[in-house]
Amino acid sequence: MIAYALRRLLGAVPTLFVIVTAAFFLMRIAPGGPFDRERTLEAAVMENLNRTFLLDRPLWEQYLHYLGNLARGDLGPSFVYRDFSVQELLGAGLSVSMTLGLSALALAAVLGGALGSIAALYRGSWLDTAVIATATLGLTVPNFVVAPLLSLIFGVWLGWLPAGGWDGGMAPAVLPVITLALPQIAVIARLMRAAMIETLGADHIRTARAYGLSGPRVIMGHALASASLPAVSYLGPAAAALLTGSIVVETIFAIPGIGRYFVQGALNRDYTLVMGTVIVVAVFVILFNLAVDLLYALLDPRVRYD
Amino acid sequence: MTEGAEHTATRSLTATAWARLTRNRTAMVSLSLILAFVVAGLAGPSLWPHDYAEVYRDYVRTPASLTPHPRDEALRPAAEDALRRARAEITEARFEGDTAHLTLEGRRALDPRTARLLERSDVFANPRVLSHSEDRRTLVLEADIVRHTFALGTDANGRDLAARILIGLRISLMIGALASVVALVIGVAYGAVAGFVGGRLDGAMMRVVDVLYALPFIFFVILLVVFFGRSVVLMFIAVGCIEWLDMARIVRGQTLSLRRREFVAAAEALGVTPTAILLRHIVPNLAGTVIVYLTLLIPKVILLESFLSFLGLGVQEPLTSLGVLIAEGAANMRNAPHMLLWPALALTALLFALNLLGDGLRDALDPKR
Repeated sequence: MIAYALRRLLGAVPTLFVIVTAAFFLMRIAPGGPFDRERTLEAAVMENLNRTFLLDRPLWEQYLHYLGNLARGDLGPSFVYRDFSVQELLGAGLSVSMTLGLSALALAAVLGGALGSIAALYRGSWLDTAVIATATLGLTVPNFVVAPLLSLIFGVWLGWLPAGGWDGGMAPAVLPVITLALPQIAVIARLMRAAMIETLGADHIRTARAYGLSGPRVIMGHALASASLPAVSYLGPAAAALLTGSIVVETIFAIPGIGRYFVQGALNRDYTLVMGTVIVVAVFVILFNLAVDLLYALLDPRVRYD
Repeated sequence: MTEGAEHTATRSLTATAWARLTRNRTAMVSLSLILAFVVAGLAGPSLWPHDYAEVYRDYVRTPASLTPHPRDEALRPAAEDALRRARAEITEARFEGDTAHLTLEGRRALDPRTARLLERSDVFANPRVLSHSEDRRTLVLEADIVRHTFALGTDANGRDLAARILIGLRISLMIGALASVVALVIGVAYGAVAGFVGGRLDGAMMRVVDVLYALPFIFFVILLVVFFGRSVVLMFIAVGCIEWLDMARIVRGQTLSLRRREFVAAAEALGVTPTAILLRHIVPNLAGTVIVYLTLLIPKVILLESFLSFLGLGVQEPLTSLGVLIAEGAANMRNAPHMLLWPALALTALLFALNLLGDGLRDALDPKR
């Protein structure tokens, strides 16, 4: 399994290389630069800036320089936020985004799993219908609709929670986490329901019942683990969706995470910051998919990687 | 499904699917809703009494209401507002039906051209000077009162929200349809070729798709749109270029199984060229799967477009799309919640209907049922 994990990590290197290259050249062939202002800078200042950031060198040299730094784990200085390196900016942003993302993922897994299982156990009842209808709604309503609506209802009209902003505490995180989690709850509930219905008809569940195990013990001890497999394999794409979703949620709730850095960086032509965000997100998606595949093997003894 | 059993033998697959679809009430309601949205998007902007770009400066962020504006109590303030620059006092104001009578008294002599100030207001039109006193300090004016109805209210610039939703619907549907066609063409061509040729080429082509799947595409689209200007054309190309991946995979899988069918073997035995087999035998048989996937693709595309527009990377003013409207609504939700609620409702209803129709089509075209 360790060999498998290493092989997967090595396989990710070409993908990352493609990502870095595509992002680098896409940004550089675009018109405009990081130091373009309404008021043009003096030629000497401009020259100095370009020299400091190596913008006066040929493109391939800049590219190799960037790759060289990247190989040493250096993402370079930010072009716009002076005196900050991209690592410092992303480090701060990432911890915020991760807090939100992981909370949302946990909420989605628990709530989605519970709702899906309940729907499956009471298949055909009004509970089942209610869960399916809610799940369809959760999947259809986009997060950039949910986020302002939640902010309006709970932040502005009811005044229970802050409508936006970030102080590192619990209260401002509630609405963003719910917004991020809702579509994932919907998907996980659907997957869980289908898998649970299938599992409840499986042989090992019938055997467990035949041995006289109580209903709850059969469900909790046997059915839940095998029924959660599809949902677990979905967690990888879910994590990717949460990172992407964070762009909207962080913009709406004014949260200083990496999603917002990305949009601002792209608008400001902050080359290194944009590159850094793309790389960090890609690495996270790859690592998370790997972790999910390994988790899968732990849950299902039939899955073997060698 | 038993009552139609004796007819099934003579019915084509399409007819059977259609019969199944018409029996699915959810799908039919969704279909009518979608048709209504399409008609509204196509014909609505030209039929609606307000133009989507017309600015009513006196009606900024007016809430939704079916009663025409201005309200009676708003008439006098509107007149005072319009005549503020006249340096005159309104000593008498009478409003009868659609006509306003105003008596102005100035400290100094008043120019009769003062009346034109009323024209600049959205409330009054066609001002006339009835009498001008001897000392030129009293001016009696008459003007028509213009009534506007803003069924869904107005936006932060005083533009009719319903007209903007209609034009936004048109743009969103247009981008949805065009980008889906781009995705469809690329995806079907790529998937059909990979599945039909098979072997090493198939492996290589699918490996490319796998790598592309790993790219954080949404980030690339944002880069693309930020850097190369914000045009509608670029939007649908960018969106179409992302969404073909799923299509390519699905089409490839279908092609692989079609490839082993007897009619393909028969065509090959008759010496039909691979290109002709692909175009005449494979692609038409993909239609069912592709249609189902297409109905599910359109809402995804509309969603992505709205998402980009929401971030301010979509279509430009004065044009708009549902995503732009929702973004504006979110920015103004504190004092004008209607600006958020109506566009959000329109987008949600559209996406919901498209998804439900897609589900219905999948059930109808599924041969297992």
